[in-house]
Amino acid sequence: MSGAFISFQDATKDYGSVRVVENLNLDIARGEFVSLLGPSGSGKTTLLMMLAGFESVSGGTITLDGKVINDLPTYKRDMGVVFQNYALFPHMTVARNVAFPLEMRGEAKAVTAAKVKKALDMVQLGQLADRLPGQLSGGQQQRVALARALVFEPRVVLMDEPLGALDKQLREQMQLDIRELHHRLGLTVIFVTHDQDEALTMSDRIAIFNHGKIQQCAAPREVYDHPANRFVAEFIGETNLLDCKVSENAGETFSVTLDDGSVVAAHGLPGLVAGDRALLSLRPERIEILPAETDATATGQNRLAGEILDTIYQGDHLRVVIETAVGQIIARTDRKAQEWPVRARVMLTFRAADGWVIAP
Amino acid sequence: MMAMSLFKSVYATLIVGFLVAPLLVVLPLAFTSGAFLTYPIPSYSFRWFSELVENTVWSRAILNSLLIAGSTTVVATLLGTLAALGLRARNLVLSSQIRTLFLLPMVVPAVVLGVGMQALFVRFGINSTYLSVIVAHSVIAIPFVVISVSGALGGIDRRVERAAESLGARPHKVFFLVTLPLAMPGVASGAALAFATSLDEVVLTLFVAGPNQRTLARQMFSTLRENISPAIASAAFVIIVGTILVALLLLLMRRRSA
Repeated sequence: MSGAFISFQDATKDYGSVRVVENLNLDIARGEFVSLLGPSGSGKTTLLMMLAGFESVSGGTITLDGKVINDLPTYKRDMGVVFQNYALFPHMTVARNVAFPLEMRGEAKAVTAAKVKKALDMVQLGQLADRLPGQLSGGQQQRVALARALVFEPRVVLMDEPLGALDKQLREQMQLDIRELHHRLGLTVIFVTHDQDEALTMSDRIAIFNHGKIQQCAAPREVYDHPANRFVAEFIGETNLLDCKVSENAGETFSVTLDDGSVVAAHGLPGLVAGDRALLSLRPERIEILPAETDATATGQNRLAGEILDTIYQGDHLRVVIETAVGQIIARTDRKAQEWPVRARVMLTFRAADGWVIAP
Repeated sequence: MMAMSLFKSVYATLIVGFLVAPLLVVLPLAFTSGAFLTYPIPSYSFRWFSELVENTVWSRAILNSLLIAGSTTVVATLLGTLAALGLRARNLVLSSQIRTLFLLPMVVPAVVLGVGMQALFVRFGINSTYLSVIVAHSVIAIPFVVISVSGALGGIDRRVERAAESLGARPHKVFFLVTLPLAMPGVASGAALAFATSLDEVVLTLFVAGPNQRTLARQMFSTLRENISPAIASAAFVIIVGTILVALLLLLMRRRSA
């Protein structure tokens, strides 16, 4: 794709004999917010470090705005980097920290002062300009780091788990702040995280990493509703995976046979054909629990008979564990929904569009 | 519990007493009016301090010490800091072996080092010169600087340097604006240690210094053998006060940077 702003082509990184990033291809458009999500050691941070120029590229190319930047030194890349531990200069005041990139670019003093003020106001820290980083709270330090990474209007902003060290409330506030800055300034942001909620909240697209490879790169809704494989299905959110066999693939809608012989309709990955072993992914919140005696034909949906094993109160929802002929199934229901006594016979139903068939 | 903490306090006091006692014995003698380095002190006077200033042997020794210790501090701090920076490189092979090599002068007996250096300096024709003394002192002072600066560098988060680079700082800017200022407390204490090391070094000096490079420590050493004059106590007083001043200065610098 030649129109991409940032493009990884067969990017590879080896540490000795260990391949941490493997023939990776990814295109990012100007103004896009892309999250790199994955467990630790999956290669996501390494990829970011390669883009920033902190790690050399073992193979393949990285292009920025049409130019290969494999060997471009970091200081010429014009990328704002925000680190997890903020990485502020502890011996400089907040204002000097933010002025640093402008001084490196030889900006006039008056221009620098004006831009620093504007950047600090943007993150609501104007009144703390003369403090040293050590005198600020974690959240304030992260805002300074953000201001410093944005003040020189970099071509790309790279963030390496920038909110990981903050407590939950502050983290959620910062997520919204960063999201808002992204929209307002039209920034191209690449954001590394291992927190899926964070990735879902902020991203235009999420690239899910495992073992140095991108498992899937798509919009949050797509990744959640239509995972490309078992890893993605299990990594993003919670899901029930049921063994099954494809009996028919009629374009969009599949019909699959579960292990107990029952046949259900579901959507699924193209490429699976009749006779293939497969997995049916069912999100807990898409399953509806009805009384066992409900007239089956009335709903027109998929049905599974089961028995309630446990109901767990979780504040905003109920988690229900149901024993069925194809194994235990977890369902999530509204807390206002009927509470089922243990051992109650029930009927689980779900729409074809809420089941998703993937390769095992 | 009470008994335990009482025991700890008494124990600590005894240890400190043991360390400080020799000073308490010698220092009052600096103010004796008598001609011998003995108690009891007949009366108090500054005559031995005047002796230090007026007697050219002593005043020359003080100047020599300041000159040599000052030069040693500059040389050892520069080389030691560079060594510590080099040892920090991520992909240095045999880095721990090289580090040990740098610290070797600390554990090698000074006598052995002295014999070797004397032979070497004679060969180069620089023995018994200021240069030979400064080089010798620098060799044993460098390990202190390496340890102290390495400690300070170890405390610097590399991501801070990476951040500077990503913000557009070329490597030399990163060094002078970020790495060096952050390592400065370590460099300063390394320098103070180098100064102190040179100031009280005797053994090496005996081997490599000539009559013109008599340092204060060496002058005290020979006076002690020849005529046990109370001027030794006065000289010791000067050294101790000087060292304390350097330490205070250091403390002040640390506080300012922290």
